[in-house]
Amino acid sequence: MASVALRDLYLRMVRIRLVEEKIAELYPEQQMRCPVHLSVGQEAVAVGACAALEPEDYAVSTHRSHAHYLAKGGNLKAMLAELYGRVTGCCGGKGGSMHLIDRSVGFLGAVPIVGSTIPIGVGVAFGTILRKEHHVTIVFLGDGATEEGVFHEAVNFAVLKRLPVVFVCENNFFSVYSALDVRQPPLRDIHVLARGYGLDSHLGDGNDVEVVYAMTNVAVEKARAGGGPTFLEFKTYRWREHCGPHYDNHVGYRSEQEFEEWKARCPITSLKQRLLQRGQATQQDLNGIEAGLAEEVEAAVAFAKASPFPEPELLQDHLYAP
Amino acid sequence: MTRDLKFFQAINEATDLCLARDPSVYLMGLHVPADPKGVFGTVLGLSKKYGPERVMDMPTSENGMTGVAIGSALVGMRPIMVHQRIEFALLAVEQIINQAANWHYMFGGQAAMPLVIRMIIGRGWGQGPQHSQSLQALFAHVPGLKVVMPATPHDAKGLLIAAVEDNNPVIYLEHRWLHNVFGPVPEGRYTVPIGKARTARKGMDVTIVATSYMVLESLRAADLLARDGIEAEVVDVRSLRPLDKVQIFESIRKTGRLVVVDGAWRSLGFAAEVLALAAEQIYGILKAPPARVTFPDLPSPSTPALAQHFYPRAVHVVNGVRTMMGLPEVTEEQLGIQHETPLDVPDKAFTGPF
Ligand SMILES: Cc1ncc(C[n+]2csc(CCOP(=O)(O)OP(=O)(O)O)c2C)c(N)n1
Repeated sequence: MASVALRDLYLRMVRIRLVEEKIAELYPEQQMRCPVHLSVGQEAVAVGACAALEPEDYAVSTHRSHAHYLAKGGNLKAMLAELYGRVTGCCGGKGGSMHLIDRSVGFLGAVPIVGSTIPIGVGVAFGTILRKEHHVTIVFLGDGATEEGVFHEAVNFAVLKRLPVVFVCENNFFSVYSALDVRQPPLRDIHVLARGYGLDSHLGDGNDVEVVYAMTNVAVEKARAGGGPTFLEFKTYRWREHCGPHYDNHVGYRSEQEFEEWKARCPITSLKQRLLQRGQATQQDLNGIEAGLAEEVEAAVAFAKASPFPEPELLQDHLYAP
Repeated sequence: MTRDLKFFQAINEATDLCLARDPSVYLMGLHVPADPKGVFGTVLGLSKKYGPERVMDMPTSENGMTGVAIGSALVGMRPIMVHQRIEFALLAVEQIINQAANWHYMFGGQAAMPLVIRMIIGRGWGQGPQHSQSLQALFAHVPGLKVVMPATPHDAKGLLIAAVEDNNPVIYLEHRWLHNVFGPVPEGRYTVPIGKARTARKGMDVTIVATSYMVLESLRAADLLARDGIEAEVVDVRSLRPLDKVQIFESIRKTGRLVVVDGAWRSLGFAAEVLALAAEQIYGILKAPPARVTFPDLPSPSTPALAQHFYPRAVHVVNGVRTMMGLPEVTEEQLGIQHETPLDVPDKAFTGPF
């Protein structure tokens, strides 16, 4: 594997997991007064895909964006402060959990309207071409978003202009409570549908960070070399409820068995086993890393909680750019 | 027989009745019926009763599916579509405004468009600028659409039945914070006519014209004003288009004062419209310049620290009236208002996340 060590990928996934588990733990305190969409179980896609990017490359995302934001290098303290509605948040508290941004690392924005950032990401790539810059843009999207008209319109344009964009579709089988089978016909995979637009399109194991990283690398290199867009579908699974901190298998839209099967394929546990087997890390080493990350997360939470709320005058600010 | 029901139950009952009465009625929306919470309870049990063909989920494709609903209406179906947030319906604005609103007119009356689109407005906590907008003015601006905003369980049921039986596209807007409100609801079929306002409280001193959830805040304000001897008449408009100008004017003629309370933006909105109508049509009746109590013209912020300064409540209505009467503004403390729950939740039961 190219430049990023497997140990680093592991570390990045663990960090995201710890952050999200911490959010889930603290959410019932009711101090984070905004919805949260956790991607526990889906970390390999975010980490593998973003690891194939340079810091100057771009990414846009959706309502389920914590992992993407962090994997792209977003500021953890600013993210948690945003969830806590504080002035130190990445949007000064105005956006809340569903609106994350960190321009300093090329994370250009996440919004909760399904599909809306797909053409925007394509436009980012278009803009880089117009400006003769050589950045690549990743558009994160879910399986549900591929049903929006705007997805099809955007992919068409990306192909038409051979834009340096990689569509990374996290297929976790659900759009909130609605399973794929009420939304899409059987026997037609999303990546096959996308291929119809005339771009390279592949399916990969979204729970294997090495696979995600390798496939995204190819796509990114191709994009950077002027080879145009790629669509990547990664099958993966969200462990917790669509929105909120809890597990919700009991409510009946998916089976406990399905959940357990996916949980047994935890992207973090399986990578850990590989690292140990291949002798690329020791248990002690990993324990040390995890302890360090847990401390970082605690410190970020403390920062968020200690940060002030925005003053009322700030309500008026930012309506128009100066 | 009339019993007390919650607003969401009234919607559920209305839908149930319409589905039972008329085989051409069907219900469609994202996570209908998959949502175990039944779209805030409003569609619970209906798919079991009527089957997945008449109570159905749909792809995450708002614009396309609105067109599908419109097409089915052209051949005699009566679809009810539901969106958990008004913002999701914005993806379908092309079909709603270009197509549904114009179809009957532009084809010289040759096609009816019996379509109901339910959209949920208002706030949960921290929903931010893309999940808490109140865009009634956007839809009410469009000729050819009807726009209703019930504020009571009684009207929620009666207006929904009227909307389903209407041969035009009706936008049915329900505020998130009304779903758990209790009130008397008659059994069986009845309609609340679209385009008729309701006097929610009688008074001689000032007319408060209010929409949706803001009717509740206005009634609270009227109680507070009454303590100082100011009797406010609260008019719940119920329909924004067509608008019951007759009743609004009648009330203003009686009181000579007008405050419009709308949970939405100020400029070019519903409140602006009512003030404009008053200026145009009953100029000279008013004893004082009319007033608007609305959101400021800003996107809705997520953090509770700013949200509490964004969403007006009873005290703001009270002060709107007091200012008009030449009285000094008062604080919530002076009014003895104590909030038992934080300002960003409708009631104690709400603990997030949606
Ligand atoms: C246009 C629009 N329609 C509906 C919704 C409600 N909604 C929020 S998240 C979501 C699920 C989308 O599923 P997917 O794209 O697969 O992402 P996932 O949640 O599975 O990560 C839906 C339907 C929305 N936010 N925007």
